[in-house]
Amino acid sequence: MREVAIIGAGITKFGEHWRKSLRDIFVESALMAIKDAGVDHIDSMYVGCMSGGLFVAQEHLGAFFADYLGQSSIPAVRVESACASGGSALRMGFIEVASGLSDIVLVGGVEKMTDAEDVTFALATAAEQEYEVFHGITFPGLYALIANAYMKKYGLTREQLAMVAVKNHKHGSLNPYAQFQSEITIETVLNSTLVADPLRLMDCSPVTDGSACVILCPLELAKKYTDTPVKIIGSGMATDTIALHSRKDITSLRAVSLSAERAYKMAGIKPEDVDLAEVHDCFTIAEIIITEELGFVEKGKGGILVEKGETSLGGRIPVNTSGGLKAKGHPVGATGVAQAVEIFYQLQGRADKRQVKNARIGLTQNMGGSGASSVVHIMEVA
Amino acid sequence: MTVPKYWREIPQRYRLEAGKCKKCGYIAFPPRQICPECKSQEFETIRLSDKGKIISYTIIRVPPKNFSFQAPYPVAIIELDGGGRITAQIADASPEEVEIGSRVRIVLRKIQEEGKDGIICYGYKAVLEK
Amino acid sequence: MIGICGYGSYLPRFRIKVDTIAKQWGMDPESIKKGLLLYEKTVPNLDEDTITIAVESAKNALKRAGINPAEIGSVYVGSESHPYVVKPTGTVVAEALGITPDVHIADFEFACKAGTEAMFVAYSQVKAGVCKYALAIGADTSQGAPGDPLEYSASAGGSAFIFGSEKIVAEVIETYSFTTDTPDFWRREHEFYPKHGGRFTGEQAYFRHIISAGKEIMKRAGLTAKDIDYAVFHMPNGKFPQQAAKALGFDLKQIEPGWIVPWMGNTYSGSSPTGLSATLDIAKPGQKIMLVSFGSGAGSDAFIFRVTERIEEVRDLAPKVRDMLDGKKIYVDYGTYAKLRGKIIV
Repeated sequence: MREVAIIGAGITKFGEHWRKSLRDIFVESALMAIKDAGVDHIDSMYVGCMSGGLFVAQEHLGAFFADYLGQSSIPAVRVESACASGGSALRMGFIEVASGLSDIVLVGGVEKMTDAEDVTFALATAAEQEYEVFHGITFPGLYALIANAYMKKYGLTREQLAMVAVKNHKHGSLNPYAQFQSEITIETVLNSTLVADPLRLMDCSPVTDGSACVILCPLELAKKYTDTPVKIIGSGMATDTIALHSRKDITSLRAVSLSAERAYKMAGIKPEDVDLAEVHDCFTIAEIIITEELGFVEKGKGGILVEKGETSLGGRIPVNTSGGLKAKGHPVGATGVAQAVEIFYQLQGRADKRQVKNARIGLTQNMGGSGASSVVHIMEVA
Repeated sequence: MTVPKYWREIPQRYRLEAGKCKKCGYIAFPPRQICPECKSQEFETIRLSDKGKIISYTIIRVPPKNFSFQAPYPVAIIELDGGGRITAQIADASPEEVEIGSRVRIVLRKIQEEGKDGIICYGYKAVLEK
Repeated sequence: MIGICGYGSYLPRFRIKVDTIAKQWGMDPESIKKGLLLYEKTVPNLDEDTITIAVESAKNALKRAGINPAEIGSVYVGSESHPYVVKPTGTVVAEALGITPDVHIADFEFACKAGTEAMFVAYSQVKAGVCKYALAIGADTSQGAPGDPLEYSASAGGSAFIFGSEKIVAEVIETYSFTTDTPDFWRREHEFYPKHGGRFTGEQAYFRHIISAGKEIMKRAGLTAKDIDYAVFHMPNGKFPQQAAKALGFDLKQIEPGWIVPWMGNTYSGSSPTGLSATLDIAKPGQKIMLVSFGSGAGSDAFIFRVTERIEEVRDLAPKVRDMLDGKKIYVDYGTYAKLRGKIIV
């Protein structure tokens, strides 16, 4: 297998883009990435998009996006793993370059959610339709089930949960691409509307339009395009049961620890070696558990980790310097790639006000549904 | 919820019919062809118990469209006596009454309707045992 | 011997007080309570209907019968609020209980006596030797128009009876039906609420049919009110069954165990069947119970039962009606009641 590098990235501002269509948003970040990389052609394309079908009645997205990018003859496939679609697309692109099949691969992620009439229904397709959704559970509901069980088992407090949102908003206020650039307090979180006890509106990532792209090429070609390429040194993926009630322990996210284990093994590193991470905080409780599953802290101590500021900018292991899904926004299919864009910018030293000093190794963790899919990538300064 | 899909699932929705792996005893609800534990493909049909306990729960306050009239309602993961876990609403209970560990009994209730002119979908919910 | 081998009832947990409804419409609660002898009634939750009530009643009946449900050869459900106008209630009940597919199913309709009709046909099937066991259910989630007197009584609930020739807890001694064409209470297709003939529904409808049926069945059985221990009459309100009892020679103590309408309301097809269930909950072996239902349109089905020894063995295997009436209850205000009963146009 060849070594693979990221040589360029692009990202739109995340938010409600009433004037931009699905194709507009994708092309915007793709053009930005192509310009950033300085490539003059693309060999192949993977795009992560959870559901063009349910949101805007458009499937066949590989051909669709290739067409609108002006690349209508290249191989192009849409990749889907619910909210892990972007990370999965990155993995597919990585495999295609690593295998030697293609040299310049564009990996994009995009979602246009604000055109949809019933966003909740579309998002619920990531869960078990017949035996979870049929009974009236929602996504916040599924994570609330996890939160209640976790809080009872480990004594996590409501305030500690809120701290995740507060931290991510603080980071988001430093990110020009973030949907929300305002700081919030613990009170803001605790006073927001209850969505599914104990989770409140401010525990939940928002509905967002947005897109992100990276350009991949073999490491041996990377210096042709940029002085600061970033290597992808590890890629790991794992799945778990689709229904939350089928899991052995609903306070764990086994797919996360497995996918991380596989990525760490490929990269030949340990959790302590990671300088910063972009993780899937679809709900505040998710980030708490993910930090444990990634090995940043022992099981049950995720709340203490965030409380002590260890995952804040300037802390031991900054998590979600981009603002995370909570503040940056969560255009479902775009998220996994947006995480890679943030780590790319950080490792290139382009993260501006939110730059982590001496960032050498970064990790992205993208998750689908209530934890049924997880994709982890590890990047290192080349 | 299309008609054929709903009809196919009646044994599970009305009678909690599940599959029990003949080799290792794993209980599959709904029934499936391959045991995730031992990979055997031989199952016997069993009915899950109609009694169990709450493993975790939440109160849905922002419901999906076709449940809007019912909110707020409790939904729980229930472990049934003898094995098998389901996700189901807790009926006839106010939010304050539900606790992790509460004992429940399964009952048949309307789960959802397809508007005023579609089929009525019945299935399992749970009520708190005093 | 042919008779009931299993019986069971189900009442929803929600209640609304007559006071609450009266205050809503600016009426005097005390005069309503005194005039109709009604205090509160059952209200179905949003996820309950005649089908779910019928299933829960039948499950309780099966617990007492102690038989394999697959041995039930017929399932009859009587109601005036079947959830579908076309598609049976009985098929869902039979699937839920594991009785299908070797079974005959029919839904019955005859205002408030559809339940006892189902009982009559179930009994006849077993008597004719057509099947070993037959299940009869009377269940309703009846509606009263807002502001109409029926709103104080129209309630939800049901009871189920498994008839057979073995494991009998109450033997059928006699049956009789008295039926005429009397338009005292009706609902046209596509109408949401029923209409009625006011005071006409009393003498010419309820009393004429119940008293005629009661007199004739006692005559055929060669019994008088003194020979019968308990009587259960259809209960549209608290007063009518008391008057019917008196007219047929029963004293109020004899109707007391089954006189549950003041706390249950009128569960229509579930009314006299649930009164019977409540009576079976306390009757001693050897005692006789007379049941006379009434359905507008109009007719009365009458039965006389003799309780057997076996009732003591099975009575405690399922919840009793009194426990359901006195147990955990959730009182609602009028707004919640209107939402639950679909009276708010959305």
